[in-house]
Amino acid sequence: MTTQVEETQTTSVLGARMKRVEDPRMITGAAKYLDDLKLPGMAYVTVLRSPYAHARINGIDTSKAAAHPGVVGVYTGKDFEHLNPLPCAWQASGAENFVATPRALEIDRVTFTGAGVAAVVAETRAAAEDALALIEVDWEPLEVVVDPEQAVEEGAPRLHEAAERNIVMDWHCGDEATTGKALEEAEVVVEQRLVNQRLLPTPIEPRGAAAQHEPSTGEYTVWMTSQAPHVMRLLMTAFVFGISETKMRCISPAVGGGFGTKIFLYPEYVLVAALAEKTGRPVKWMETRSENYTATTHGRDHVTYLKVGARRDGTITALDAKTYANLGGILSTIAPGIPTTLYGRMLSGAYRIPNIHCQVLGVYTNTGMVDAYRGAGRPEATYVVERAVDLVARELDLDPVEVRRRNFIPPDAFPYDPVGILAGLEYDTGDYEKALTRALEMVGYEDFRKEQAAARAEGRYLGIGFSTYVEICGVAPSAWIGVGGQGWGAGLWESANVRVHLTGKVVVTTGSQSHGQGHETTVSQVVASELGVPVEDVTVELGDTLGTPFGYGTYGSRSAAVGTVAVYNALQRIKAKARRVAAHMLEVDVDDVEYEEGRAFVKGSPATAKTIQEIAGAAALGYDLPPGEEPFLDDTSYYDPPNCTFPFGTHVAIVEVEGETGEVKLERYVAVDDVGKVINPLIVDGQVQGGIVQGVAQALWEGAVYDENGQLLTSSLMEYAVPKAEFFPRIELDRTETPTDVNPLGVKGAGETGTIASTPAAVNAVMDALAPLGIRHVDMPLTPERVWRAMQEARG
Amino acid sequence: MIPIALTVNGVRHEAEVEPRTLLVDFLRDDLGLTGTKIGCDTSLCGACTIHLDGHAVKSCTVLAVQADGSELKTIEGLARGGELHPLQEAFWEHHALQCGFCTPGMIMAGVELLGTNGDRLTEAEIRRGLEGNICRCTGYQHIVEAVHAAAVR
Repeated sequence: MTTQVEETQTTSVLGARMKRVEDPRMITGAAKYLDDLKLPGMAYVTVLRSPYAHARINGIDTSKAAAHPGVVGVYTGKDFEHLNPLPCAWQASGAENFVATPRALEIDRVTFTGAGVAAVVAETRAAAEDALALIEVDWEPLEVVVDPEQAVEEGAPRLHEAAERNIVMDWHCGDEATTGKALEEAEVVVEQRLVNQRLLPTPIEPRGAAAQHEPSTGEYTVWMTSQAPHVMRLLMTAFVFGISETKMRCISPAVGGGFGTKIFLYPEYVLVAALAEKTGRPVKWMETRSENYTATTHGRDHVTYLKVGARRDGTITALDAKTYANLGGILSTIAPGIPTTLYGRMLSGAYRIPNIHCQVLGVYTNTGMVDAYRGAGRPEATYVVERAVDLVARELDLDPVEVRRRNFIPPDAFPYDPVGILAGLEYDTGDYEKALTRALEMVGYEDFRKEQAAARAEGRYLGIGFSTYVEICGVAPSAWIGVGGQGWGAGLWESANVRVHLTGKVVVTTGSQSHGQGHETTVSQVVASELGVPVEDVTVELGDTLGTPFGYGTYGSRSAAVGTVAVYNALQRIKAKARRVAAHMLEVDVDDVEYEEGRAFVKGSPATAKTIQEIAGAAALGYDLPPGEEPFLDDTSYYDPPNCTFPFGTHVAIVEVEGETGEVKLERYVAVDDVGKVINPLIVDGQVQGGIVQGVAQALWEGAVYDENGQLLTSSLMEYAVPKAEFFPRIELDRTETPTDVNPLGVKGAGETGTIASTPAAVNAVMDALAPLGIRHVDMPLTPERVWRAMQEARG
Repeated sequence: MIPIALTVNGVRHEAEVEPRTLLVDFLRDDLGLTGTKIGCDTSLCGACTIHLDGHAVKSCTVLAVQADGSELKTIEGLARGGELHPLQEAFWEHHALQCGFCTPGMIMAGVELLGTNGDRLTEAEIRRGLEGNICRCTGYQHIVEAVHAAAVR
């Protein structure tokens, strides 16, 4: 039953299918997550949330709640008026952004159900929950708008004074005039409205935070479920509290999945820190699943009007997308950057499209906050492009594989600039045909089409769908992404410090932060490979602002392509120093010394050598070092990538639709990914499989639903269809390997490819299955009801 | 407050609990056995799965008072004498966990599954047998492989 990708046998630890070093504590229940933290004297925090999607707060009476047994205190937004609203750290570039962000607790108005308006601190969690029910809020409900297309119309209720017609930003990329002209001149034009529905990311660990405050020094310690503790500290201290960064320590313990939602600064993190100070007690808050669904960020939620122009032979000549990006009732930390830079700029996909234009209207509606969710912009872009290709193929009655081949960027065209829409970046490397060919071989494409024809003759609905995606990861060159470029309010380099202790044991600290990716293993593999030490001799420390260098954290598939490269660069300098120390010990010229497999030796005389342990010991003791050499093997790298990386591949889904019920059964799923060089194939397989399941889930089952009053109807796992093991067949994986030239490790990143690629593959398969009925498009999720209705309509 | 007495991982505990206290909260907050996780509040995710009198149960759906007199096993009690349970070994070997949050519940559910059908489990039976446990990271494939490997062993 093994499904692993066959790897060429290697003795190197880099590229080895190695089991993870972090697992023993997780399979025994010893790993400590946020809610496992219990500090002496700890009190518990609960948050009263708005039951209305849009309402004014005329007053809050906390007296009954405050008198409840076990209650330490009850607080409202007015208690935290001295704290600034949360920052919006990534505003769309080249457009004016009309920004409204949350406060620790909202003071006079709420714009989505689930916004926090009061908090209870109590001796027990149960008492804190009981007291919530005793808080009396004088609500004045206001008119609600949940649909982004309605929200921008004249006369729609206005959510924020700053934002006319509820528009956060009106952003463009590409050339509107030439694209419009190319569409006019195209032999065929296909138009389609595409809904990329809102998703609830659903890490199995909800969010939480704990804090304590030391009055004598004014220092806060804040534990949080975060993918980026250094960024949290910076945003909280510099932007919200207005205190020195050094007065706060942020710690991410084990984090139970994030998928983007745990990148952001949330009101509750600020609240918990402030409550620790106010009450003089260590406090902890842990959200329920329902709070996770209403108050933690959501993903996707685009409505796109697509126009594609093509020649009759299937050559695409123009693509225009006008997208409404629903950003919710108030802005999360990097909300405007996701549907702009990470969406519009990837609309060329894997294809040479000579004319591209994209307009994105970011819109406020009375719904929960929307921000990055696994893939973040690229799944939305890939959905548009891969559906576009299939729609063109359908219109022209061509094989979707042939249309893809006709439009592919050829291998000799790299580095490739997709007509300027990447704002100065170029796709690094690629061989799209190779991955497609391998996938076709695995799936048995010709045989499938015969099988399909036979099935259709029997009245069965069998379909195949392709997604020949490319994505952008390893974000990002600071000069490109930063305020002078794409508007990100910081750099996006990553840090690593490597120390080789006296005993030869290696400690790596890094600013990146694992929440399931296996950083400790992959970083150990890089160290073991470069220094020639056993993996067991490497310790990786992360997730605590005390003791790790400042870094930007883990998201955007950046920890391999940026984070481990920082480790690699530090190791090169450590090796250079090791050679200098060894040369001194061996009394030879440094130019005559080489370093390989844990030993520095004299060229041509490999027996004359010093081991890394001997060198590290000598360097640490410092009794006899080369003149001018400082003790210790220690180096820190801040690696700023020169470009992003662009993984690609071909995903294929085969489905059968039940003719009577509209139920879609996923029969096979084949994925051939190219993520460049692979550090650990076992981990990459896991990332890809998990991503595919999340992406297919969007296509077939998942969707957040708000009613017209802004109530979230899918507010628990009873209503929101997260897939289970039995929803899937065995996923068939393979890889091609086209290393990137962006970094010395040749790695591109693998954390999001599955989610990015799989959604359109599954939808294209269902549309192929329904082709005999003339059905061209049905919006996701393709639940039995939706598919059945489409089939009924088509059958008349 | 109601007195209860139960055995957890071979250790007998006597305690007084509020009638409304959930078993999972009792295990985590009173006994400090935090390996068992809470993920959904609605008995759907399975992160809180433990064994009660030899059967896998979702400990967020059992009141602590209902467990009075019972024998419980949690993830902390699965390894014996420093030796991992074959399913724990298989989870490690097959990379059946990423963030690790669903893992304790998933393993406890898997152990129950191994006990019922043993080495005759098909892939489909394993997938169906794990329907009460949600994993958001792995896409389940490596979990299914791990259960299969442990079953064969």
